[in-house]
Amino acid sequence: MTPYSSDHRAEVRHYLVGFALALTLTALPFGLVAWGGVARIWVLAIVAGCAIIQTVVHLRYFLHLDLSRQKREDVLLILFSTLILSIMAGGTIWIVFNLAGRM
Amino acid sequence: MSKHDTIHPGLNLGEHHGAAHDKAEIGAFGFWIFLMSDLIIFGLMFALYVTMQNPMGQAGGPGPKELFDLTSALIQTMLLLVSSLSFGLASLALRHHRSRAELTFWLALTLLLGLAFLSFEARDFAAMFAADAGPSRSGFLSAFFGLVPLHGLHVASGCLWLLIMLIQIRTLGLSDLVKSRLLKLGLFWHFLDIVWIGIFSIVYLGGLA
Repeated sequence: MTPYSSDHRAEVRHYLVGFALALTLTALPFGLVAWGGVARIWVLAIVAGCAIIQTVVHLRYFLHLDLSRQKREDVLLILFSTLILSIMAGGTIWIVFNLAGRM
Repeated sequence: MSKHDTIHPGLNLGEHHGAAHDKAEIGAFGFWIFLMSDLIIFGLMFALYVTMQNPMGQAGGPGPKELFDLTSALIQTMLLLVSSLSFGLASLALRHHRSRAELTFWLALTLLLGLAFLSFEARDFAAMFAADAGPSRSGFLSAFFGLVPLHGLHVASGCLWLLIMLIQIRTLGLSDLVKSRLLKLGLFWHFLDIVWIGIFSIVYLGGLA
């Protein structure tokens, strides 16, 4: 077994940091739902918050998205897709809930 | 831009891979466009699912609390998360010219974790069908079976792709083409784990909270 280069070890550590963060952000909402005792609205808010932070962790540590080093068009592609998605998904949910409220 | 820069999101092969590093650029960008269009499909399935989360959508049928099992959702989440880590370690083995055996080991481990995930998911679906909660039961269940198995189908194609790559590593060796395919598979696999964050948060935790 050849020894690992210091670059390689540093990059493995990077993945492990991301994994530890993701693990924490998964354990927290699951634990909250499993043990209960917190108002439902707070549980939902914490689940949503953890999901958003975990998505950023995955993008940062597993997909190596980094705003400073990338070519602009790649970042623009991802940001634009997210914008389109939030307009379509958010709009759908808004309109349908509004309709349901009027029924 | 010098050729030593990072050229696309996702793990780069690095300049010591020469032509394979440069050639991966256009392919990886194209693959990101595919992933983003896939993201839109998933996003709209999520929107549909959320709009069905009410008594009208459930149409008198069983709801999330009767159908979902938190333990099984947690096991599936852990399997996918660990598989993301093991794919990351495979990418690093490729990037740093480790032995082919080491690369194969991490890829095979990822494949096994993916298959374990699929078997737990299939078990859950089978239990739902047994409880007369198939897709035709209510709008809520149609939306559920449109969203979660769509992700499962992606994981299944990811597993098939992994299997093909394991065969190609044996038959073609680590050619530029094989390296570039492994990079794209890595993007796909990590992307599926991100979609799963949405599924366990909205479908399972949101439904059981």
